[in-house]
Formats: sequence, structure tokens, C-alpha cells
Amino acid sequence: MAFNYDSYLRMEKMPTLWCWGCGDGVILKAFIRAVDKLGISKDEMCIVSGIGCSGRFSSYVDFNTIHSTHGRTVAYATGVKLANPDKHVVCVAGDGDAWAIGGNHTIHGCRRNIDMTLIVIQNFIYGLTNSQTSPTTPQGMWTVTQKIGNIDPTFDGCEIAISCGASFVARENVTAPKKLEKVFVEAFKHKGFAYVEAMSNCHINLGRKNKMVSAMNNLDWIDSITTPKKKYEALSEEEQLNLLPTGILKQDTDVDEYCDLYKMIQDAHQGKRGKITQDDFKKKI
Amino acid sequence: MAVKFDLNEREVWDGAYAASQALRQAQVDVLAAYPITPSTPIVENYGSYEANGYIDGEVIMVESEHAAMSACVGASGSGGRVATATSSQGFALMAEVLYQASGMRLPIVMTVVNRALASPLNVRGDHSDMYLGRDSGWIQLGAFNAEEAYDLTLCAFKIGEDHSVRLPVMVHQDGFTTSHTAQNVYPITDEKAYKFVGDFKPVDDMLDFSRPVTYGAQTEEDWHFEHKARQHKAIMDSRPVIDATFEEFEKLSGRKYKRVETYHMDDAEVAIVALGTTVETALVAARELREEEGIKAGVVAIRVFRPFPLDQVRLALKDVKAVSVLDRSAPGGAMGAFFNEVSAALYTTNARPLVTNYIYGLGGRDFSIAEAKRIFKEQKAHADIGHITTDIQKFSGLRGPEFGYFQTLRG
Repeated sequence: MAFNYDSYLRMEKMPTLWCWGCGDGVILKAFIRAVDKLGISKDEMCIVSGIGCSGRFSSYVDFNTIHSTHGRTVAYATGVKLANPDKHVVCVAGDGDAWAIGGNHTIHGCRRNIDMTLIVIQNFIYGLTNSQTSPTTPQGMWTVTQKIGNIDPTFDGCEIAISCGASFVARENVTAPKKLEKVFVEAFKHKGFAYVEAMSNCHINLGRKNKMVSAMNNLDWIDSITTPKKKYEALSEEEQLNLLPTGILKQDTDVDEYCDLYKMIQDAHQGKRGKITQDDFKKKI
Repeated sequence: MAVKFDLNEREVWDGAYAASQALRQAQVDVLAAYPITPSTPIVENYGSYEANGYIDGEVIMVESEHAAMSACVGASGSGGRVATATSSQGFALMAEVLYQASGMRLPIVMTVVNRALASPLNVRGDHSDMYLGRDSGWIQLGAFNAEEAYDLTLCAFKIGEDHSVRLPVMVHQDGFTTSHTAQNVYPITDEKAYKFVGDFKPVDDMLDFSRPVTYGAQTEEDWHFEHKARQHKAIMDSRPVIDATFEEFEKLSGRKYKRVETYHMDDAEVAIVALGTTVETALVAARELREEEGIKAGVVAIRVFRPFPLDQVRLALKDVKAVSVLDRSAPGGAMGAFFNEVSAALYTTNARPLVTNYIYGLGGRDFSIAEAKRIFKEQKAHADIGHITTDIQKFSGLRGPEFGYFQTLRG
């Protein structure tokens, strides 16, 4: 029997406002299947989204939800998690949301390694406001703000998340919904900050002027610039230059999680332990 | 050298396009911006002028509105003519830097396409963002349609960059109703427009290496008060400069602007005081009521919200019997801010007309001619009885139970 998504969705909000052929729906469905597979009650999970097409995510899922401000998902979610450390918290943001206006919050979420999942829907453009350059728009592409061609260098979100201390980092494409679902399952199971970059298409606002007019063209392009991690690692530096690895790129279970660290403060105040000193930590600097 | 842009005597532009054309004609050196509905098209249009060689200036796409206004401050402090555009949440994010711009006396020009502030999230027009900027020390001009958005953007450069003013200027237009509605606009030629705006002559710019300067010095209780008082004096003293600029613009275009616009106020018995596109709605209602029922209705519109034209508001309303002040922003536990300012002006008149406050049109809720007529008639009833018979603050066009607050002690 086909999977029934209805009980996880606010059906009165359907159909979604996402364009026909948009990958965001694939991500939404993979997300729901992952939650279902793990048997997480939707009342035990909070979804925090920002602004942009990805921001609609929280409107469509029938969980505890916050539709927050542009770029601030991780900041809102940090508050939610610290108040409810036993609950699941998932942030959904776009590439502009997470890496432009909200870049600061994203890197500090990674640094603290607070237990939540940040799903970044990476479509290389500001889609909702119609094609402005985002921090992940490839150089040389057309955008409405750089019609002569984008000159701004790009971010690799996964690389930043790894270097900023996120203990789980993965990238997957909407062309591989099953793999995406698997990555979500691993991310939700992981204790610590899980960064998942879901590569999605925006043939409407990225593709139409960049020779990817249909969803299929755009998806083919995403496939052409990504390759599984194992294959990627076997390539020369030159061959890696225009490719992004997919799959789980980092999974470290041996890093302190922030809510646990915070518990040390509570314990100290309640006299269950002494003052916190450098000796409590493996890494001193 | 920029490529010539061909303009027709009459163009069909929306407010956003009109504003971007004025920025092109003013030959802005630097425009730094971040996309936000509904101001996005202004920067998009401007970006296309850059791509097509119609402008020589720079366009910087930054990572947030905070960064946009910060880049504007840097560019303006370096001696450039600088502009940007934003709305709502973007405006809120800029708030910190708005005070930097005005405190540093930098004549940045910003189009604010008015939109509601979240939460709940809403992209439609209301004046919440405009009100948020009212104490920021910026001059605030209000356009009620596309042509005014064009005209006032040109005026904004001339006013803000005047050496006796040196203050940043916002030009407001209503989200969607102005920004996305195509209307007739009669542009002036590039040559005339630039001649009107004039070359930008910076004061104390950081690129003058023979005379190093500091922006953003720290002052505590020793000098801070003097700085802020002088800044207030500068914005108050900008009034004659604004008047002179409007006069010069009239000579150029034939279009006359005043800090307070009055419509049918010569013999008006009742009046609506409003901002933005609502002015034109109220004006149609007033005309129809005069014709249909003989009610002497008039409209007072604030063209220059800051510096607040208290004396001219008072002059415009001194002979009416009853006034309703329309606030398009959630009052958050007080009378509408605009109501308070108009009331303060009227308190020092001899007649002290009856003043009520309507909160209306939040989040883009339509304000109809029929509703404006109803409000006029209600004011007429107050005028006939001689005191306010309703609550002083009411809500127009709100579904569900009626809200109203405070009653008059007169009568």
C-alpha cells in the first residue's frame, strides 16, 4: 500500500504554493517518511522554518511549528530545544536563509553542537523573491540582480558546517528521494547538530535563464555536479573541483552536545557538582 | 559613460519602476540592497540598468538588510551618492543602522515600500514599517501613487544632500497598491532631472585624504545630548529646504507638492487625515459626499511625515468641527501614533475640533470609498451633536466583535 502522508500534513493548506516540478515537495515527503520510520510522534517534534519557499515547510506539516523570521531558524530553535531538551527540533531553511542573512546563527548552532537537525534546501538562488543572487549561486550564472553574470564566490554549506563543529553533516539530492529519507533518518537519530543539505531544483527562478528551463534539466544539472562521497574521494583534486560529494560527510558521536553541557550548569547550581573548570573538557583551547 | 535610456513623454510605470527610474536619473554611485517583497523590483530594475549599461554606479548585493544599510553608510561616508530600498522585516533589520546613518548625517536615500510587520507573516501593505522609522532621525516623504514616487525620489536627493540638511531621506510608497500598480507617469528628461538633483558635493568624506575624519565617535553624557539636539535641529530646519525643493520641482515639472496636502478643506466641516494611498480613496469619498449629500468633507494628507508638520496640520484643520485620523499600523496598547501627533497639533488651536482615531487596513485589508464615506458621516454626526458619541479609538473593516477604546469627557 502506498504511504499515506495525510496524517502528517495540514491538508487544508494543500495544494502547496510551491511551483510545479519543485523539489521541495520531494524533501517534504522524504522528511515525513523518515519521521514515520523512526516512529517519532508529531507532537514530540517542533519544526522551525525561516522565510522563503523553504519557509512554507512549517505551514504544511501538522507538527508543532514556528514560521520565524528570515535567517533566524537556528536561533529560534535553540530556544525551543533548551526549553524542551527531550523533544526533537528540526529547522528548515533555504540557502539564502541559512547562509546569507542567517549565516551567523547557522555557524554558531554548529559550534555549540546543539541537538537539532538543520535541513537546508539548497537551490542555488532566492526563489521566492524571483532570482536574486544567493551565497550559493554559481559564478557566471544569470540572476536578476546580476544580469550580466554573477561574480560572487560561493559557499559550500557542508564544508562550513564541518569546520564549524556540526557533528553530523550530509548532502543529498532530490533526485534520490530514498537516499534523502535515509539521511534524514540518520540525522534525526543523531545526538548533536545535524546539518543536512538537500539539493533541490528551481527551474523557474534559477533555471529559466540558465539553460535549465524544465525541472528535468535542472535536476540533471544537480546530478551532474554531485557524486557519492566514496567516488568523490577517489577523484583527483582537479576532478573534484566542480563536484560536490553526497551522502553522510561527517558523523561524530564523540562530541559534547550542548543541552548536556547546559545540564552541567544546572547541576552546579543545584549543588550536584562543583564549579565547571577546564578539567571537565577534553579540548582545552 | 552610461548608455542613454529612451523615455516617452508619458510612461506606464508602477511605483517600484518609477522609483528605480528616479535612482537612475540621479546617477547614484552605490546602491546596496537585499531582496524583500514588495520592494524587490526596485533593485531588480536597477540591476537591469546596470547590466544594460544605463548606469555608471555600483550595485552591491549583500547578505542582509543590516549589511545593506551598513554598506550604504560606508559608501555615503566615503563621499558617494547612495540609495537603497527595502520593506517591512528588512526595514526592521536595518533599524540599528538607520540611527547610524542619521547620527552620522549621511544623506542616503531609501525607498521604503510599506508592508506589514510579522508576526503573523504578511507581505501586504500597511504602515507598520514607516512608523518604526519615525524616531530614527530620517526625513520621511510620502508618495501616494507612482508619479509621486518618482518625483519625491528626485526631491529626496536634493533635500537630504543640501549642506544645511545633510540627513538621510526615506520615500514611502504603499506595498502593492503603489509599488505594483501600473499608472501614468510623466517623467522629466535625464538632463533636466540630473540638473535638478545636482552633483553630489560630500562634506567630510573619507576619501579626502588631505583631511582625515572619523565617523561614529563615542560621546557619553558629556556631549551626546548636544549631538542629538543638533540633529533634531537639523531635521526641524530642513522644513524650508523641503519647501524650496518642492517649489523648484514645480517650476520644472508643473507638479506642486506641499508638506501637508489639503483637498476641499476651504469650507470643510469634517475631515479625514491620512497617509499613503488611502488619501486618494478618502478624496473620492469626500467629492462624492459633497455631491450626493452636501456634506462638506475634506481630506488632509501628510506628505512629509518627518519633520512632522505640526503647524501646517494645525492650519489645515483649525476650522473643521470633527476629524478622524486614520492609522494603518497596529497601535500596540495606545492610541494610534499618528492620531496622537495630529491631536497634539489640534490641542493648541482655539477651536479644538473633535478628533477620533480609526485603525484600518492592517496587513493590506482593503479600505473602501464606502467605508471612508461612513467615517465622514460619523464625523458629521459628531459635529452636529457637538461631541464624540462613539469610542475615540475604533477599528475599520475588522471582522468579528467590535473593539473600541476611551470615551470623551466633553459634551
